[in-house]
Amino acid sequence: MDSSFDKNALFSTLNDFYLGLLPDSLSWAAFLGTGLTIVFILVNAVLMLTAFGTYMERRVLGRFQTRLGPNRVGPFGLLQPLADLLKLIMKEDLRPLMADRLTFFLAPVLMVTSMLVVVAVVPFGSDSFLADLNIGVLYLVGIPTIATVSMFLGGWGSGNRFALLGAARAVAMLISYEVPMIISLAGILILAGSMSLVDVVEAQRLPFILLQPMAFFVFLIAASAEMNRSPFDLMEAESELTAGFHTEFSGMRFGLLQLAEFGEVVVTSAILATLFLRGWENPFIPADWSQVLPPQVWLIGKILFFMLIFTWIRATLPRMRIDQVMAFAWKVLFPLAVINMFVTAALVVAWPEPTYTQLWAIAGINWVVAIGCLIGFSLALDKHRKNPTASVQLVKIPTEVA
Amino acid sequence: MALPSESITINLGPQHPSTHGVFRLRVTLDGEVIQDIEPIFGYLHRGTEKLAEERSYTQIVTLTDRLDYTSSMINNQAYVLATEKLAGLEVPERGQYLRVLTAELQRVASHLMGIGFFLQDLGAMGTPLMYCFRERERILDLFEMVCGARVTVSYMRPGGVNQDPPPEFWPGLKELLSDLPHYIDELERLINENEIVLARTKGIGVLSRELAIDSSISGPNLRASGVAWDLRKADPYDVYDRMDFDIPVGSNGDSYDRFLVRVMEIHQSLRIVEQCSKDIPDGPVRADVPYFFRPPAGDAYAHVEASKGELGFYLVSDDGIAPYRCKIRAPSFINLTALTEMLLGWKVADLMVIFGSLDVNMGEVDR
Amino acid sequence: MTTQLQGADIGQRLQGAFPNAVTAWGDDEVRVQSDTIVEICQYLKDTPDLKMDYLSSITGVDYVESFEVVYHLTSLTHNHSLVLKTTLYGRDDVALPSVIGVCKGAGLQERHVWDLIGIGFTGHPNMKRILTWEGFPGHPLRKDHLGG
Repeated sequence: MDSSFDKNALFSTLNDFYLGLLPDSLSWAAFLGTGLTIVFILVNAVLMLTAFGTYMERRVLGRFQTRLGPNRVGPFGLLQPLADLLKLIMKEDLRPLMADRLTFFLAPVLMVTSMLVVVAVVPFGSDSFLADLNIGVLYLVGIPTIATVSMFLGGWGSGNRFALLGAARAVAMLISYEVPMIISLAGILILAGSMSLVDVVEAQRLPFILLQPMAFFVFLIAASAEMNRSPFDLMEAESELTAGFHTEFSGMRFGLLQLAEFGEVVVTSAILATLFLRGWENPFIPADWSQVLPPQVWLIGKILFFMLIFTWIRATLPRMRIDQVMAFAWKVLFPLAVINMFVTAALVVAWPEPTYTQLWAIAGINWVVAIGCLIGFSLALDKHRKNPTASVQLVKIPTEVA
Repeated sequence: MALPSESITINLGPQHPSTHGVFRLRVTLDGEVIQDIEPIFGYLHRGTEKLAEERSYTQIVTLTDRLDYTSSMINNQAYVLATEKLAGLEVPERGQYLRVLTAELQRVASHLMGIGFFLQDLGAMGTPLMYCFRERERILDLFEMVCGARVTVSYMRPGGVNQDPPPEFWPGLKELLSDLPHYIDELERLINENEIVLARTKGIGVLSRELAIDSSISGPNLRASGVAWDLRKADPYDVYDRMDFDIPVGSNGDSYDRFLVRVMEIHQSLRIVEQCSKDIPDGPVRADVPYFFRPPAGDAYAHVEASKGELGFYLVSDDGIAPYRCKIRAPSFINLTALTEMLLGWKVADLMVIFGSLDVNMGEVDR
Repeated sequence: MTTQLQGADIGQRLQGAFPNAVTAWGDDEVRVQSDTIVEICQYLKDTPDLKMDYLSSITGVDYVESFEVVYHLTSLTHNHSLVLKTTLYGRDDVALPSVIGVCKGAGLQERHVWDLIGIGFTGHPNMKRILTWEGFPGHPLRKDHLGG
């Protein structure tokens, strides 16, 4: 038991601390206590970031729309998430007559659980994490599928044909977007040589955003779709016919669904930070130099950066239609991810142990390929490029004078 | 192997974030494809035409504000033109210029609102809506200066307008005219060639030229379908015959054309406002008309190019202080004639786009 | 400027084409028999130099001894307009043929006239009330509605 936690200094410290408190016969309790403490820290961190994130999103969206966001509750409106939470808790919890009890209960629970469980593998220091699974990356992409299932459970269990319609669309979209998401990570796995997240971070002599730009873009877009964020938020589109799978949920059930949705943003930002921006390390300088700030600050900074990017995209782009969304996944993202995988594999075969300069060369080649592919795809698929505003012309009509 | 499927009928509205007012639509869907629609009107019916039979000609101006409440000035203008035709009143020049100026400002405000809500329906999460409303606020501030009200203005009267604008109106107008074209250009740069907007509006909800003329469609919807018909050019009223402006005409008749025609009309309206503010003469703003005047018995029909289409008033007088019959030819109401043909065969997500691009206002539809 | 076609000219032309259809003409209006309205509108639409293909508005007016239906027609190509009027007598079950076959724009407008004034249009595919509801008592714009 001790050997596998050699790398985990946080765990060892806490374990020793608890062992010191408890008698020897209860050493399993110390183990349990340590685990629960780290879980407590992680879950609180995620929930705090989620709450702050909802506030930040509303403020940032407001500023994009030339208006102030919430600024009345507490200093600068910082207590707004608390106000939202209180409002949702105090609402009446309705359950429609036609709703299936078990699925109606399970849907929000499963969504929140699947969101929180993912963060177990995210390392926030070279020697602090909850679990460093050898299949960390696989775990990362496998668990959010539970969220998909729970969305469908919620929609079907509501007993409402609108919700079912929305849930069915949701499942189709989410399953389509998992494929490019997973394949885009193949390039990272090839470069890192291991699926463990700590190994992936330590293998990033150059941050993978430079070495794998296409994988970054594909993963960013596919993750946006997985989280039902704009421009793929047709699930909760208020101006569309159906209000989506969460029509019938009210009160704290709805609150849990919103929490899960925004928590996924935080978790996805954490994943992006770990996989592409060197996690807890300073991304700008090599790993052996001194990191100017503590690792946790770097990680949280990167998470906030990605959350800002997601909010920016949401503020700017309108929504796509379901068939356009699916076409985009299969015709654009999937080929891009596959091309990325082959190019990376070819480069790794050519330079198995790259030196620093060779790494920069790899980065350069990848960027050229990425930009070339993006331009190529947009030219090939773009029907409207030729002067779309030409369909409306100004006509000079002489006024017919009386 | 064809799977057996059945159609479902869904009720959209009357309360819905996106139906531009209280509009109810029963849609029969086969999966995602619309098979049949049944619009149900009347949720905002206030009996304006009956009320008008009990009010004097001057009082009816307040009723007309509330027809298309996003373009009150133009409603006023249509009504007072009909009254003047019926009673044979002459409007002083300054009054005519003020009418054209405020009507064109109102058209800009109405189109901004139409464009903003159209983009909101596309899912742009409120950003372009807020940009449009920010500009509309400035126009409404000008209206408040002129007549004291922002939305339901009741500014025009039979024989002219109610009062001369205060001195601070003209510098405010000048500032607006220098800023607003740049803001509209900024909006155009962001939206006109946006990939997602194009993908969701190009080719969607095509209204052919023949169907548009046959269904008595008017306004930007008619012009987007390729018919160069604008009442300000074809049948000018007030001082439109002295104004130099162009008409945007579309070629495809799809939602994108309807949207772009409105954007380009804003620019043309600002041109007219600029010309009005330069050429306006001094003088009285209203003819000397008694409060209760009795037009001679007869009837008259006057129409204007409102922001939604041809707004017409048919007044029948029996030599009383109130009209015997006041009929309102509401453009939004008649623009909905072709709704079924425009919506059939499209998907549910397109329904909002097509309906939003028609820019109907339920105050007018139901009266 | 949209020219108002002279009632006399059009009246005489219509009388030539449809004897017994025209009852009177004024300065800018022509009065016709109510059952001939469809043929006259079709004639006005098809004749090349008239080409009145745009129906601006249909109005119903309740003059207590009679009803009147007023059609405002426009030609987009020639930019002229005409007013057609028909008179209907009676109080209950007044009806005249629907011009929806000539111009689809009559669809909602005729429903509106039926709903608020109570003039029926035969041949209309969807003659239902439009602004009030099915089962609404009476027709609101009539002068004797709810006691007048």
